[in-house]
Amino acid sequence: MAGMRSTRVDDVAARLDWMVASPDAILVAAAPDLADELLALGEAILELWLSAHDATPTTNKVEGFRLLALQRQGARGDASFNACRETCRELVYHRNLVCLDPAHADTARRLRLGAMVARHLALFIGGKLEVAGLGEFCCASRPLRQREATAHPAEIV
Amino acid sequence: MSGKYQKVAYYPGCSLEGTGHAYNRSTKELGKALGLDVVELKNWNCCGAMEVKNIDPKLQTYLSSRNLSIADDMGFDTVMVPCNGCYHNLKKAEYDLANDAGSREVVDRLSSKAGHKTYEAGNVETIHALDWIKEAIGEEGLRARVKNSLKGLKIANYYGCMYTRPRHIFPEKDKGPGSESTSKPHFMDDLLAAAGAENVDYPLKTACCGGAHTLSDSDTSTKLVLNLLTTAEACGADVIATECPTCHTGLEMHQVRAEKVLGKKTTVKILYFTQLLGMAIGLSARKVGVHENLSESAGFLRARGLG
Repeated sequence: MAGMRSTRVDDVAARLDWMVASPDAILVAAAPDLADELLALGEAILELWLSAHDATPTTNKVEGFRLLALQRQGARGDASFNACRETCRELVYHRNLVCLDPAHADTARRLRLGAMVARHLALFIGGKLEVAGLGEFCCASRPLRQREATAHPAEIV
Repeated sequence: MSGKYQKVAYYPGCSLEGTGHAYNRSTKELGKALGLDVVELKNWNCCGAMEVKNIDPKLQTYLSSRNLSIADDMGFDTVMVPCNGCYHNLKKAEYDLANDAGSREVVDRLSSKAGHKTYEAGNVETIHALDWIKEAIGEEGLRARVKNSLKGLKIANYYGCMYTRPRHIFPEKDKGPGSESTSKPHFMDDLLAAAGAENVDYPLKTACCGGAHTLSDSDTSTKLVLNLLTTAEACGADVIATECPTCHTGLEMHQVRAEKVLGKKTTVKILYFTQLLGMAIGLSARKVGVHENLSESAGFLRARGLG
């Protein structure tokens, strides 16, 4: 199961790496589709996190975007997950820039930066999923530690 | 320039006495050169980051509150903190003591046991080094003092994840024009722009640096940092400006590790905002501790007439 999750994060990351490395002409030719794909890849990453935590990923939208609804769902009761709040918003922003003006001279660069932002999301979530128990970045490993303490109470000497 | 924060209590925290020594040095030297006074807290203790907080958050509240209590005893109503972790923790303690009876009870009990008075929420304001320079000197004041403009330097401002999160412990932010934003912080951008720098639009300015995993899962940290570095370069940045010792050290260490382990070389320089501002107002690179950074940027700075 953990291997499967890891592979799927790797698949997403590989697609994003392809976007980052692609020549301008290829990115520009498929600009609006690739911009939407960036959002879809971001959603896929958040779905992996939620599914791994036995939650059903929401189909709702926040401010018109499912990505933001998924991030909010993931952050409920998990403060550390908010460390990707702005990353998700930046992803939406870059997607909007491309979709609103696909013919803009900066489109390839905007797509590439959007892919880098999505890659950060993939690395952040992937890192959380990779090793059980590492998950709670910085601010909130307490719930995990508490689970460990309950599962393996200290011996009374 | 408001006249506010001309003399403040100073809580460096543990990092600034270790790997973040250059940040400590540059913060003090910058303050001195700008005519600001900092008085270090006497007998300060760890803020409780992150290990204590993860195990017992109320104990962390006590540890941070003791530092606030010391500032109060020394007669200060403001304590300035350069480290994001410490800043976050002191703010959290302030919030908990104002809003959670359980935390007040624990802090009261431990304070009595330790033999000092219990800190009362509202007595001391915790500010970041960015708030300090922004309020005490401001952009105009800074502009007037610039001797070596940062003109031509393209900077990605990196704030890290703890400067703005969680939002509820920073009630002074998101108050409209003039206040700091939790979703798109800009105080560092404002100050460096006043010193002549050209800030690039950096989409990962509050993203995770993987600092907590530097030792336990180095590969994840290296990949996160490499993405921060390559994105900054893709944005056209020559320099990443930092304001957190954990982020700063992580960026420096994993820049080296990314080259060694992943074969990915990046050349963007990593400097504390206090070092950049210090050099802009005429301090030498040595005075602001550039030689104490882990990464080499002295040659780069010299070539641009800085330091």
